[in-house]
Amino acid sequence: MYGFEMMTFNIKDGFLEAIVRGHRSGLLTVADYNNLSQCETLDDIKMNLTSTDYGAYLANEASPIYTANIVEKCTLKLVNDWNYMRSQADETLATFMDYCTYGHMIDNVVLIVTGTLHERDVQELLDKCHPLGMFDSIATLAVAQNMRELYRLVLVDTPLAPYFSENLTHEDLDEMNIEIMRNTLYKAYLDDFASFCQKLGGTTAEIMGDMLAFETDRRALNITLNSIGTELTREDRKKLYSNFGLLYPHGHNELAIAEDFDQIRSAMEKVPAYSGIFSKLGYGESQMLDKLLYEEEVKKCVDCFEQQFHYGVFYAYMKLREQEIRNVMWISECVAQDQKGRISDGIVYLF
Amino acid sequence: MADLTHPVVWFYIPCAITWICFLISVGSPDRFIDYDWLWLLFRNMSPYFWSALGVALAVGMSILGAAWGIFITGSSLVGAAIRVPRITSKNLISVIFCEAVAIYGVIVAIILQTKIEPVSPGPNGVTYDKWAMASGYSIFGSGVTCGFANLVCGMCVGIVGSSCALSDAQNNSLFVKILVVEIFGSALGLFGVIIGIIMSGGVKWTA
Repeated sequence: MYGFEMMTFNIKDGFLEAIVRGHRSGLLTVADYNNLSQCETLDDIKMNLTSTDYGAYLANEASPIYTANIVEKCTLKLVNDWNYMRSQADETLATFMDYCTYGHMIDNVVLIVTGTLHERDVQELLDKCHPLGMFDSIATLAVAQNMRELYRLVLVDTPLAPYFSENLTHEDLDEMNIEIMRNTLYKAYLDDFASFCQKLGGTTAEIMGDMLAFETDRRALNITLNSIGTELTREDRKKLYSNFGLLYPHGHNELAIAEDFDQIRSAMEKVPAYSGIFSKLGYGESQMLDKLLYEEEVKKCVDCFEQQFHYGVFYAYMKLREQEIRNVMWISECVAQDQKGRISDGIVYLF
Repeated sequence: MADLTHPVVWFYIPCAITWICFLISVGSPDRFIDYDWLWLLFRNMSPYFWSALGVALAVGMSILGAAWGIFITGSSLVGAAIRVPRITSKNLISVIFCEAVAIYGVIVAIILQTKIEPVSPGPNGVTYDKWAMASGYSIFGSGVTCGFANLVCGMCVGIVGSSCALSDAQNNSLFVKILVVEIFGSALGLFGVIIGIIMSGGVKWTA
């Protein structure tokens, strides 16, 4: 019952919630970002990061250091924190944390399949995969020729198996189909995750419902934006939208028939929560949209920590860390390419 | 936890209670609840049953509440202290408040059990006289009051203590402010103890 989970949450998950809140207090603040922005070289960045939570991971890196190394070590910290918590998690937190990583799993699968299509080496692709989304048989994705083989050989043993619907085709994998496959899998994953959270009930259902609704609406917006002018039909586009969220079902109908940015804008502005985002964009402008959506996501994740005794903090922590890694990558790239004036364009402050 | 909006609470349980009242009243068709039968039932229960149950509930529910509070606060405290070890010594106060709740229960149980005196039943060898019955019920009521008050007090202090530990880890000026909330929470247990002692103060087993 809503509110009474306070009494029983700590039996299984109190310790891990306290741990994740400890990690949250180590996220970089505005002062840290200012220090990083003042750096002249990547070695300065490394020295500044050594005094933060990333210290243990970056301290022993040899100079000269590159952006890729910094990002790899920062991601390693996220992965280690996550695995520490995941290995101690009891049911149902363990299932919840697994659900959080299925998005990365889908991205990894698509990465390997696309890379194989372009004749890249499998090892090189495996190095590029996100570590939170790895599974055992991932390397065998490289041998699949079409989607049915992909499913039968590899994916049927993974947690992604239920997301493949019955209409598997024998079509060969090409660029368009892979994108459609990615979005179909993601739609099924988000629907599944949302219904799992609703079954958990209580504060978790409310908070995760809100965050997943934003995620799915953002994906719907991006799908629409990217498919304007392509050969994706309206019915196919509609099939890629999830079955929940603030835009479901009427916003989806409007988005499906939108053909340019202004029509999308008028569809999204009918939802009060998103009209604030679109009012910050001028007419016809769509470059800032990504940054505004990231800012909205970060705001929701930070607000998530206001309440105690729910699982949303784990999901929010993962998202906030990833945003922080994106920020550090942006700053490192700006410093490496001597474009320090553009640093503030690309980072999203967490607090 | 159970969902209190479920139909079982608002439909089936009232139906069951009504059916049981009907069965009880079958012996007396002109009344819905047969008070004569109920009085016979209660008159034949020994007051020592009620007083022993009161003592048991006083200590049992208090300790349940204290234990509940300690595990709620302890698990958060241990997790938060990994990163911020300085919070451990101050936040043990939350655990001490919960422990105090258990001690209240023990004290009340000891006081209650000293008030139980042996008296013999009346002429028919089964029912006791009114003084004994009243004493038995007083001790039962006192124990229930103290026990349930301490149960919810322990839970309250535990939940607030957990939030206190997590907030202290982020910002150490918050500790004293949240401690004030905990102090108000722990006063609830004291209310139960006071009422329990007053209720059991007037017991006399014979005239």
